[in-house]
Amino acid sequence: MTKYYGWGLPYNASAYGAEIDRLIYVLHVFMILLFVGWFAFLLFTLFKFRSRPGHKAEYKHNHFKAPTYLEVGVALFEAVLLLGFSFPIARHVRALPPKGEAMEVRIVAEQFAWNVHYPGPDGVFGKTDIKLIGPANPLGLDRSDPAAKDDITAINQLHVPVNKPVIVRLSSKDVIHSFFLPVMRVKQDVIPGQNIPVWFQAKASGNFEIACAQLCGLGHYRMRGFFIVDEPDKFSAWLAKFAPKVAAPAPATAAAPVVPAV
Amino acid sequence: MSEQHHSHDLPFWRKYIFSVDHKVIGIQYGISGLLFLLFGFCLMMLMRWQLAYPGQPLPVLGNLFSEKFMVGGIMLPEFYNQLGAMHGTIMVFLGVVPLAVGGFGNYFVPLQIGAPDMAFPKLNMTSYWVYFMGGVTMIASFFVPQGTAQSGWTSYPPLADIATVGQTMWLIGMVFLITSSLLGSVNFIVTIVQLRADGLSFFRLPFFVWAQFVTSFLLLLAFPPLEAAGVLQLMDRVAGTSFFLPSGLVVAGKPLTVSGGGNPLLWQHLFWFLAHPEVYVLILPAMGIVAEIVACNTRKPIYGYKSMVYSIVFLGFMSFIVWAHHMFLTGMGSKMSAFFQITTMIISIPSVIILTALALSLWGGSIRFTTPMLFATAFLPMFGIGGLTGLPLGLTASDIPLHDTYYVIGHFHYVVAPGTIFALFAGIYHWYPKVTGRKMSEILGKIHFFFSLIFINGVFMPMFIMGLAGVSRRLYDPMQYAHAQPTQPLNVFISICAWSLGLAQIPFILNFFGSLIWGKKVDRNPWESTTLEWSAPSPPPHGNFDHVPQVYRGPYEYSVPGQKHDFWPQDMAQEN
Repeated sequence: MTKYYGWGLPYNASAYGAEIDRLIYVLHVFMILLFVGWFAFLLFTLFKFRSRPGHKAEYKHNHFKAPTYLEVGVALFEAVLLLGFSFPIARHVRALPPKGEAMEVRIVAEQFAWNVHYPGPDGVFGKTDIKLIGPANPLGLDRSDPAAKDDITAINQLHVPVNKPVIVRLSSKDVIHSFFLPVMRVKQDVIPGQNIPVWFQAKASGNFEIACAQLCGLGHYRMRGFFIVDEPDKFSAWLAKFAPKVAAPAPATAAAPVVPAV
Repeated sequence: MSEQHHSHDLPFWRKYIFSVDHKVIGIQYGISGLLFLLFGFCLMMLMRWQLAYPGQPLPVLGNLFSEKFMVGGIMLPEFYNQLGAMHGTIMVFLGVVPLAVGGFGNYFVPLQIGAPDMAFPKLNMTSYWVYFMGGVTMIASFFVPQGTAQSGWTSYPPLADIATVGQTMWLIGMVFLITSSLLGSVNFIVTIVQLRADGLSFFRLPFFVWAQFVTSFLLLLAFPPLEAAGVLQLMDRVAGTSFFLPSGLVVAGKPLTVSGGGNPLLWQHLFWFLAHPEVYVLILPAMGIVAEIVACNTRKPIYGYKSMVYSIVFLGFMSFIVWAHHMFLTGMGSKMSAFFQITTMIISIPSVIILTALALSLWGGSIRFTTPMLFATAFLPMFGIGGLTGLPLGLTASDIPLHDTYYVIGHFHYVVAPGTIFALFAGIYHWYPKVTGRKMSEILGKIHFFFSLIFINGVFMPMFIMGLAGVSRRLYDPMQYAHAQPTQPLNVFISICAWSLGLAQIPFILNFFGSLIWGKKVDRNPWESTTLEWSAPSPPPHGNFDHVPQVYRGPYEYSVPGQKHDFWPQDMAQEN
């Protein structure tokens, strides 16, 4: 797995990730150039005007016009960053793909796991109720709801097909978490009481990870999940394997095989 | 002076403990702040062991901790989270602010404006003792069952609402600290407006006084929302309210029995409405100190004094409308985030003006590389790195992968550690002769400076690499994540630098206490400076000045052509 991760930005498996990465590179080149230039000026000044016998300071309050130009330059550059990069990228990243095009999945975060909920073939998420929450049913999925019969649940593993937009609807059972897919350039706080959608499109398959980026308690450091991008046929096979047996009249708890926590 | 006689009659405890003299209170604040900085630093050094060598027993020291904190010398995640929360809280609210505002502000604002004391001496004393109570509460919270607060210094609910009893102590401590800051800020504002010496107009004020003036307004206006928020969270915890708790929470498999209907984001808005101006509370006094030291040690006026004053006022104003850039990932709408991105870019402009003005002040000077000047000079590039790395975090698109990673830690520590704390060290070396009548050792000071500069960069520079790699902050064990494992060698490097940085403070501690006895005795103006504090005796007596100061000119009249000396004090009537 470590082949995806190193000392720079992680491997980019995201369709829109390149835009974000480009902005980060542009910013760092700018920052390094500005700092090196400015620092060289500082060192030169410190050397040139060091106190020594025969050298006297000059009585001057305002002896440069350059800073005004520098300020204007910085302001213009920042305007370019905002209008040319940040706003368009943010608009692209935030605008959800049309409903029919994208696959939808719910993730309900809790201390310290990611509960993944697929709507199943009918494309409708079944009802959930906090009264039904138990060790075997962490989502509180109501299996008596017709829409819930074909729903698929998993813990700590999110499988998605490659090259298809995916909308993840994020909510939390207890405290604030943050859903972080390093290779997908996705990070979104998960706020209890809110339902926040986030989307991405994987452009490469692989076995990646989900991290929690917001301190959520003692187990925050191990709130790790697997994020698996599959070729479409492998993804369908996975779905089929974990689909509940619809025919069986389901007792509320044992209906769906829940993927054990890893 | 009769005042002076009066002070000699006071019993010890009135003169040195419950004193109303701004200088004694300033020293009390300063010493407390330094001790808390050391304490907060020690907490961090403990965390660095766990980060460098996760799950390995801490040698020697590990056995001193009770089972509540470490088992067999191995740190528990509970303790790690406590250390993290308290490191932040202590450094910001008990260390830097008390030292920068309470310590330097209290001691030098009245001296620099030529006043005998603060406007409200008893309020001043109250402010210190309320702060002291806050400090005691925070320290005591380590010893309650299950330890102190462990939800980060930001204390986001619902996590903080359902946390152990230490969180309640944290909230009570914060209410004390905020109250103390409010009392102090009112006092500063009135003192600066009302007690300036004759002839000391606003545009003749030293930049340090301007910085403290703006800082006081920030404290006065930004702290009340957090005080309110703290009380609301306290009510959530002890009185069963649900200001920050939505309905339908299920904690550890059981529905939480609360009334619900609250919103966790309300806390974040109230918290950051304080905590962003708070960043400027940390940085503005540091800029003020640096300006004083740069002017004095370049022997020339600072560049663009008026633009710096306008910039700092504008900075103070803008700091109230950028807070939500800490919350870009909470799901805010694009219009909101566009607004806060624009304000965030705008606020960088006055910061750049001040930094540029300070750097250009060096041009044409005759620079003396004294220890205070070294620290003040290092402040410029260090704060520069801190400011620049704020750029990717202030734009929502690049903030996505960097938010809540080590990149953020590196960014704000460059602002407050090698930035503000270096400026505070500069201030200590610069004003020590005024406070004690003796100079600190230059040799020890330079050892302290060079080793601190090297190691502090060793601590924070690698954090940018870790942050780009996506390593989240507040992880008890970074080895759990595949994406964090490749940067683990950096964690070891950072830890070694952090412990070395600790060792590099030993020359400072020796110097600080040793110079009280062995330091070279000085008279009023050892640095040949121009501002008013240098025309009072060293140390200044009760009531400060042995004459009534009259001000004739601006604060930085160095190397004025036609003068015999290269400094022309503000209160000198004739030619110098």
